[in-house]
Amino acid sequence: MRPKLELLTGMQIGQIFDEAFQLLLKPGVKVQYPEARQLLAEAGANVDETTDVVRIPEKLVRAALQTVPTQFFLHDRRGNPAVQYGGEAVHFDPGSSAVHILDPDTGEHHPSETKDLARLVKVAEMLPQYDAQSTAVVCNEVAKEIGDLYRLYVVLMLSEKPIVTGAFSNKNLQAMFDMLAIYAGGRDALAAKPMAVFDVCPSPPLIWSAFGAGNLIQLARAGVPAEIISMPLAGAGSPVTLLGSLVQHTAECLSGIAIHQLARPGAPIVWGGAPAIFDMKKGGTPMGAIETAMLDAGYAQVGKSLGMPTHGYLCATDAKLVDAQAGLESGMTALVGGLAGINMISGAGMIDFLACHSPEKLVIDAEIIGMVKRMLEGMKVLTDPYATGFYDNINFKADFLKQKLTRDLFPKEQYLPSPVIDRDSMRGWQNSGAKDTFQRAKARADELVGKYQRPESARAHETELAGMVSSLAREAGMDTLPELI
Amino acid sequence: MSEELKQKMAQSILDGDSDVSAELAREAVAAGMDPLDAITNGYVVGINKVGDNFAAGEAFLPELVMAGEAMKAAVAILEPELMKKGAARKTLGKVVMATVEGDIHEIGKSLVGTMLAASGFTVYDMGVDNPSDKIIAKALEVDADLIGLSALLTTTMIRQKEVINKLDEKGLRKKIRVMVGGAPVTRDWVHKIEADGYSEDAMGAVQVAKQLMGEA
Repeated sequence: MRPKLELLTGMQIGQIFDEAFQLLLKPGVKVQYPEARQLLAEAGANVDETTDVVRIPEKLVRAALQTVPTQFFLHDRRGNPAVQYGGEAVHFDPGSSAVHILDPDTGEHHPSETKDLARLVKVAEMLPQYDAQSTAVVCNEVAKEIGDLYRLYVVLMLSEKPIVTGAFSNKNLQAMFDMLAIYAGGRDALAAKPMAVFDVCPSPPLIWSAFGAGNLIQLARAGVPAEIISMPLAGAGSPVTLLGSLVQHTAECLSGIAIHQLARPGAPIVWGGAPAIFDMKKGGTPMGAIETAMLDAGYAQVGKSLGMPTHGYLCATDAKLVDAQAGLESGMTALVGGLAGINMISGAGMIDFLACHSPEKLVIDAEIIGMVKRMLEGMKVLTDPYATGFYDNINFKADFLKQKLTRDLFPKEQYLPSPVIDRDSMRGWQNSGAKDTFQRAKARADELVGKYQRPESARAHETELAGMVSSLAREAGMDTLPELI
Repeated sequence: MSEELKQKMAQSILDGDSDVSAELAREAVAAGMDPLDAITNGYVVGINKVGDNFAAGEAFLPELVMAGEAMKAAVAILEPELMKKGAARKTLGKVVMATVEGDIHEIGKSLVGTMLAASGFTVYDMGVDNPSDKIIAKALEVDADLIGLSALLTTTMIRQKEVINKLDEKGLRKKIRVMVGGAPVTRDWVHKIEADGYSEDAMGAVQVAKQLMGEA
């Protein structure tokens, strides 16, 4: 039996949809991209061109939900399906788009650069707990105009895992498709075997910006998966109640799916988000709050009721160091997301409200993920009968350790953590330097980076990719690209 | 003796397969092979490899314990042959392992015994609930260098002190050293009862035993 967390009754889900459809009519959705308004108008929506407000009838949305795929795969660079969006699959990837990196020696947050992204990618590439990479940090030394595609370039050069990414403008999105197509073998091949998913954000409350709506349409037409990142901020950008925020999330997702499916019916899209409650003391957006995790689990259940692939933003913390708060918030929220059956959970490695990344935290979070995945396997039936077969020759002695079954079954039953998790005796711990979790994580991150080797599949098209990115960089006023390796 | 057979012996230990290790020992005896050669250049090669793998985090306790059991099964067949020839296996030392009187916990004690055996000690494991006199008698019988005393309960750890006192009375303290262990055992307790060594885990116990034997 797979353990499962559900926070909503069927009646509540019904009411969430009912109210979301009401919101889509009144006040409607502000759509700031003419082509999206046109698509919606042609399909029967009422468009006010003076205010950009579109009233979307339920029928239109229902039609879009008929064509939206319930499942698709992201492929690694060798062409293998490596990430399943849809069903009960649960994957984790590092959080995206931090602007700082945690200095593991000083505890300072520095503006992130290419070398920091490279280290994050290498660590995530070495850890099997991460099924996908992300364009984890912004490289601050690189021209802003190419910031989005440059991040993708770094990940493409160093990794072969599928990628969770996103564009910062409509213009660069096409260039990013071309970069991926180099590895896929053309645009059609990229659509047939997508290797990246692109995050697209509505602006709360109920706004699809020109950038957001434009991205949705371009992604649909390219057949590259889109991931809606709806961000209700309960108490500031959305109703203070969790149920109220779930309604807004639903309305934003439904309107996004409508635009997307009108651009190209059957294109893949994900029911995702990065919601948070609003902190009433400091005005922050706590990603580690339990209510934030409840929002993720709640909207995932709403999306699953439609058969949608799902995404969430958990396993992150608001702490400024990788400390006890970081561990408890990341661990609790990751477990909630896993139990909610969210297909892709982004956020590992991140601290300070998603502003700062840490490879050392990625290493610790990998242990959380290992434990969550074990939990999801539930109580396994490894022997039947469960116990009676173990008692031959036991004679009231605690000799189960000597049984062949023990040796054969323990790796199936137990998640075996890396040395980041301390289960040593006091003596053993002292002899290995009496290190705390962060120190152990730092040593392991160094070790992983030392063992890292560039995947052959990433190396394959490097000249062509570097050529393309170099010329885009020159257009942005950068004569040379930073050293990668 | 054939290299192939010795490799199989080592492999049987790595596999933790007592049936195979014993069968190979019988084959060796039937073929008139030198039992010491079989142990030293066959089985011990395997047990050392398992020990290395364990220390490197590549093997786990079940592998280690099963290797120890496979080793024990082979040695049980080869040792009588050795005795017949008047030879003896090279050992780091003889250790009597016992859980003290009134205490029936032995997982930790058995682990330490396995680790010591795997590291080249000859181990006599007396099991649980052993009166102090019985432990000392056994130590004298096998000419032990060390006694390892386990206690899991605060109410039974006093028996560790009793064994040490009795050894003292018999003037055996210099001849037979005492290691203690168990969840309630602390460094303070060790000083208080004047035990010779103590460890919190099985790997540490091997180090302590080697130190007491002047081997490390």
